[in-house]
Amino acid sequence: METSGETLQGWGGTRAAGVEIRSEDLAAITRGAVLTRGLGRSYGDSSLPPPGTHSLPGSALADRILSFDTNSGALRAEAGLSIGEIQRLFLPRKWTFPVLPGTQYVTLGGAVAADIHGKNHHVDGTIGRHVGALLLRVADDSVVRCSRQENYDLFQATLGGMGLTGHILEVEVALKRIPSPWIWRESERISGIDAFIEALAQAARDWPYTVGWMDALAQGASLGRGILIRGRWAEASEAPKKPPRSRPRLQVPFALPGWALNSLSMRAFNTLYFHRHPKHPKRGIVHPESFFHPLDVVRRWNLIYGKRGFTQHQCVLPEKDRPGAAKRYLESLTAGGLGSFLCVIKDCGPEGEGLLSFPRSGISIAVDLPIRARTQETVNELNERVLEAGGRIYLAKDSLSTPEHFRAMEHRLEKFEVVRRRWDPERRLKSAQSVRLLGDSA
Amino acid sequence: MRVVALGATRGMGRALSRLMAERGDLLFLLGRDPKELDKASRDLEIRAGSGLRFGSAHCDLEQPDGFAAALDQAVATLGGLDCVIVSAGVFASQTELEEDPAVARRMLEVNFARTVEFCEHVRRRLLAAGGGRLCVFSSVAGERGRKPVVLYGAAKAGLSCYLEGLDHKFRRLGLVTVCVKPGFVKTGMTAGLEPPPFAGEPKPVARRILRAIDRGTPVVYVPGIWRWIMLVIRHLPRFLMRRLGF
Repeated sequence: METSGETLQGWGGTRAAGVEIRSEDLAAITRGAVLTRGLGRSYGDSSLPPPGTHSLPGSALADRILSFDTNSGALRAEAGLSIGEIQRLFLPRKWTFPVLPGTQYVTLGGAVAADIHGKNHHVDGTIGRHVGALLLRVADDSVVRCSRQENYDLFQATLGGMGLTGHILEVEVALKRIPSPWIWRESERISGIDAFIEALAQAARDWPYTVGWMDALAQGASLGRGILIRGRWAEASEAPKKPPRSRPRLQVPFALPGWALNSLSMRAFNTLYFHRHPKHPKRGIVHPESFFHPLDVVRRWNLIYGKRGFTQHQCVLPEKDRPGAAKRYLESLTAGGLGSFLCVIKDCGPEGEGLLSFPRSGISIAVDLPIRARTQETVNELNERVLEAGGRIYLAKDSLSTPEHFRAMEHRLEKFEVVRRRWDPERRLKSAQSVRLLGDSA
Repeated sequence: MRVVALGATRGMGRALSRLMAERGDLLFLLGRDPKELDKASRDLEIRAGSGLRFGSAHCDLEQPDGFAAALDQAVATLGGLDCVIVSAGVFASQTELEEDPAVARRMLEVNFARTVEFCEHVRRRLLAAGGGRLCVFSSVAGERGRKPVVLYGAAKAGLSCYLEGLDHKFRRLGLVTVCVKPGFVKTGMTAGLEPPPFAGEPKPVARRILRAIDRGTPVVYVPGIWRWIMLVIRHLPRFLMRRLGF
């Protein structure tokens, strides 16, 4: 959804009054500001100003690369540099960003603030694991360096801290060596949720990248059926000689009418998508972008949800401690009757260092929910399932969870607040989301 | 190409210099702030990825005495000169310019007199070398006297006029002039201003400018649609312009 006039929006279409001020000089525009905005790809209200704040600094123009070590892959850059730009520049040189989320339109600052994860979470963890140091403008306006050696509390709280600990100005991250810039991809049909969890666990043993697409509308015996995708960087010998070229983009021209995405069209799409995949496994070399960021090929795809927009509910469920948690979650989803156009499943590895970082070992499920009269109710219901399973939700996607649910899920919140109190005793840094969930004053 | 860029540390100049570095052009940066110049060169070197080093030197449009030396240093470092890009300039709103004569004087001097003076130094050097390209950022503001850009537009009108004359007179001698006329482009310069419809982003705008430089297009509007918008605006009768707010 386009950010227009005096309104800022999250990717799902959550709105707040305000404007974004972008400048190449991020250090200057963050002075005295309450929150920095990146590319606005968080779905909910994490990048929106709290009520009463009119303008937010935007980091996207502060995108200089400050240093790159061609031996170790250590990259230092300003926080507005995007993952897509890093991939465009470095993939042909056989380096990759170590953790690739579902979209490449994420700034380094945004990646750290959400402590993003990707298809390789089970082996490589979140981006935090690959970050060496950060330069932050903290609440008292001073500029502070933090890392595992200095100001570690601030470093830990900033990984996944949703920008509430300071304005991220610079990021040091280690790129990873790859044998070629192409991907060897395999995919196969999976019959149901139990088989899915088993197949993910099995694939995790041999494959660095795994993910599943699920038909969230199938019910009964087909509940949780879908397609498992696994991949690895192709060896130089099996990859095309030329580096991948940038792909042409399609664009959703305007917000589709609200009725365009109804349970019938969603069901048709999902059924078609499932049956289009052959019964036998598919394998071959694919473009890295189609593997990591399939949705990026359609610009403004969020507009298919119409003017009312959508929300994503992403949670991680410790399936080992509570077998059947994922199944119960999907049952609640289908019972809600709202349907989900897109549903993604992934197994996560152990928790990282970030104090509020989302992933922990278990099964992560993400569902897109159109905004309708009963969306709030469905989200509440899903959060009950998450709570029962001892899981948690991903703040970068959230716009509808209640503070009660969030607090009950988040046992680490007090530890985070301790660090926040130390660096920002007056709670000057805040967002629309922190006002909603953490009780910050507007 | 061996390129000298004045104003490549920010905005459209930054985007343009990145495109040139990535395709293998050799750059030398001129600007006011040594720290910024240093960061810009490092950024370009890493993006180029070829191991080439890009030099830089101090050059301030407000200090014309330094123009010759800065250009000499650039030419010496590059081992010659094929192209010069001038995207530096100052911007202020009509209100600021009306209220403070000092701000107005500085804007008029930098955007017109000093820029022309700098281009004259470039002209001599490029003609002596047998030709080359001079790409200068003017503005659509210089197309017509308009209420929100009375002073800024006047300076840019003068600059556009100079560049056109230069092109007419010297193109057959090998000096190709490219006058860039940006409409609204979302850079740090326009931060805080409400973007009008058809506002552009630095990257696609830079691609269009680079094509114009390569082809030797004398005038290029960016984003392209501003060519048609300005065509209409140039032909609006005065009585209508007087009534309109833009």
